[in-house]
Amino acid sequence: MLEVEGLQVTYGGAVQALRGVTLRVPDGKVVAVLGSNGAGKTTLLRTISNTLKLHRGRVEAGTITFDGASLTGRDASAIVATGLVQVPEGRRIFSRLTVEENLRAGAMGNRDKSARAAAQTRVYDLFPVLAERRSQRGGLLSGGEQQMLAIGRALMAGPKLLLLDEPSLGLAPKIIGQIGQIIRDIHDQGTSVLLVEQNATMALQVADSAYVLDVGKVSLEGPANELAATDAVQRLYLGQAAGDETQVQQAAARSTKTLSRWTA
Amino acid sequence: MTTFLTLLLNGLSLGAIYALIALGFSVIFKASEVVSFMHGSLLLFGAYTIAQLNAEIGFLPAVALGVAATAGIGLLVERLLINRLRGTAVITLAILTIGVDIILVTELTRRIGSDILNVGHPWGGEFVRLGEVGITENRLYAMLTAVVLMGLFFVAFKFSSWGVAMRAAAEDGETAALMGIRRGRVSAVAWVVGAGLAAVAGLFLVGSPTPGVSPGVTSVALRAFPAAILGGLDSTGGAVIGGLIIGIAEALASGYQEQLLFLGRGFGDVVPYVVMILVLLVRPSGLFGTKELTRV
Ligand SMILES: Nc1ncnc2c1ncn2[C@@H]1O[C@H](COP(=O)(O)OP(=O)(O)OP(=O)(O)O)[C@@H](O)[C@H]1O
Ligand SMILES: [Mg+2]
Repeated sequence: MLEVEGLQVTYGGAVQALRGVTLRVPDGKVVAVLGSNGAGKTTLLRTISNTLKLHRGRVEAGTITFDGASLTGRDASAIVATGLVQVPEGRRIFSRLTVEENLRAGAMGNRDKSARAAAQTRVYDLFPVLAERRSQRGGLLSGGEQQMLAIGRALMAGPKLLLLDEPSLGLAPKIIGQIGQIIRDIHDQGTSVLLVEQNATMALQVADSAYVLDVGKVSLEGPANELAATDAVQRLYLGQAAGDETQVQQAAARSTKTLSRWTA
Repeated sequence: MTTFLTLLLNGLSLGAIYALIALGFSVIFKASEVVSFMHGSLLLFGAYTIAQLNAEIGFLPAVALGVAATAGIGLLVERLLINRLRGTAVITLAILTIGVDIILVTELTRRIGSDILNVGHPWGGEFVRLGEVGITENRLYAMLTAVVLMGLFFVAFKFSSWGVAMRAAAEDGETAALMGIRRGRVSAVAWVVGAGLAAVAGLFLVGSPTPGVSPGVTSVALRAFPAAILGGLDSTGGAVIGGLIIGIAEALASGYQEQLLFLGRGFGDVVPYVVMILVLLVRPSGLFGTKELTRV
């Protein structure tokens, strides 16, 4: 279980990005964090993975514990070794490395050879297209394929908890529906997920519970279906996109029926 | 024509030595974003250590120990300075390596004194004839060793976990860290490799036709610099090509000195820089580089 308690983060000593965030990701659950641009979603994940100092950010207060152990001050690579692995915003695949090398890079934190082999089988099973393209450079993949590669790369480390930063970013509604399906599959295989999203429709369909982040603070939290029904979420995140929403839902429904594997 | 071929062959062998040094620059730069200005002292240290040990323990053990000791210096510098100051301005780190260079060279110069120390390579300064063209034995072995070492390097770079980690970290350090890649380790290995290659280059540089180990050897590192930069500092393949280009250009310019007199005497010495400038005017990030050198 991941527990974030009273987290306050600033950038460059001035910009307050998180103002006391508390949230929990229980084992075996999918938890969504919703919020619009600048709400602090990426900052939250940077803090958990401890890459904040690369952005001149600083934790002012608060604690982060994973399975009872504090993550504060631990090296980013040490955090991966505890089973917490992040898929960063914008995919950030290694474009000059081949698909296979990208996956190898993802497995660097995974010392156990047989676990690595099992992870590779799992990834190629989830994303057959990655197996087909294994010797192609990552930079040549389409946006959707790059997102698959980014998720697959993170799975290579054998995470207990997968952190996803806006996996729907810049993708077509149909592909977004498929992403939702993939997240469910990964969850069914026993990996917990913390899903950061602006696309509330997809996120609330996949998640068990959700938090709404508003300028660095949690403004709403609860079970995903209850949250989806609240006025605020309807108005802010679901309302305007009513047209898209039905489309996405249809796409998601279609993909559930016809695509047990993501092959886009 | 024979002259030309001889010059070409000698240029290639000189270029192979430059390539070893430039490859070291490039690996270190890729892994730690630091431009190592201490390669001159590493060349000298490697050659000096091997020369000292050779008398005591024989040639091959001396080479092994000398290369290991030089690699050790690289590791020490990385662990004690570069790694601890990660995130400091790149220019600060570069100047730091100049500081280490000066300390090392000063101490080595004091030890060597005014003598010219001889490594005592088991091979002499004989000329080997390959058909019409000739080359010293030392240079021939230099070329063969460079080919083997570079081959090994590129196999490791392409296929080993270190190679994958290194290329991933060079492309996107933050994401590499998110994948559990330990940048400190990648960079430490790079410094070991870069310094070790410098020691090997040093070994051959102080053999025929050069008279022996003298502090003047350090200036060679300054000519390997343009090689790395014209190849593209962040491209390992570019470093090798750059080294060969500089070696050949230098050999040709020295060999055809008489015909090039209108450019002034000693044109051979400035050729590396002239070539570098010409290449950079056309391709600002070098032949195979991806990053603008303004970042350095
Ligand atoms: N490196 C940085 N330096 C200074 N301020 C930053 C930095 N990164 C983010 N911020 C600020 O911190 C706040 C939160 O940003 P963050 O990137 O966490 O938001 P987000 O919810 O991920 O937004 P988006 O949906 O656009 O990705 C914003 O006000 C942003 O301007
Ligand atoms: Mg973000």
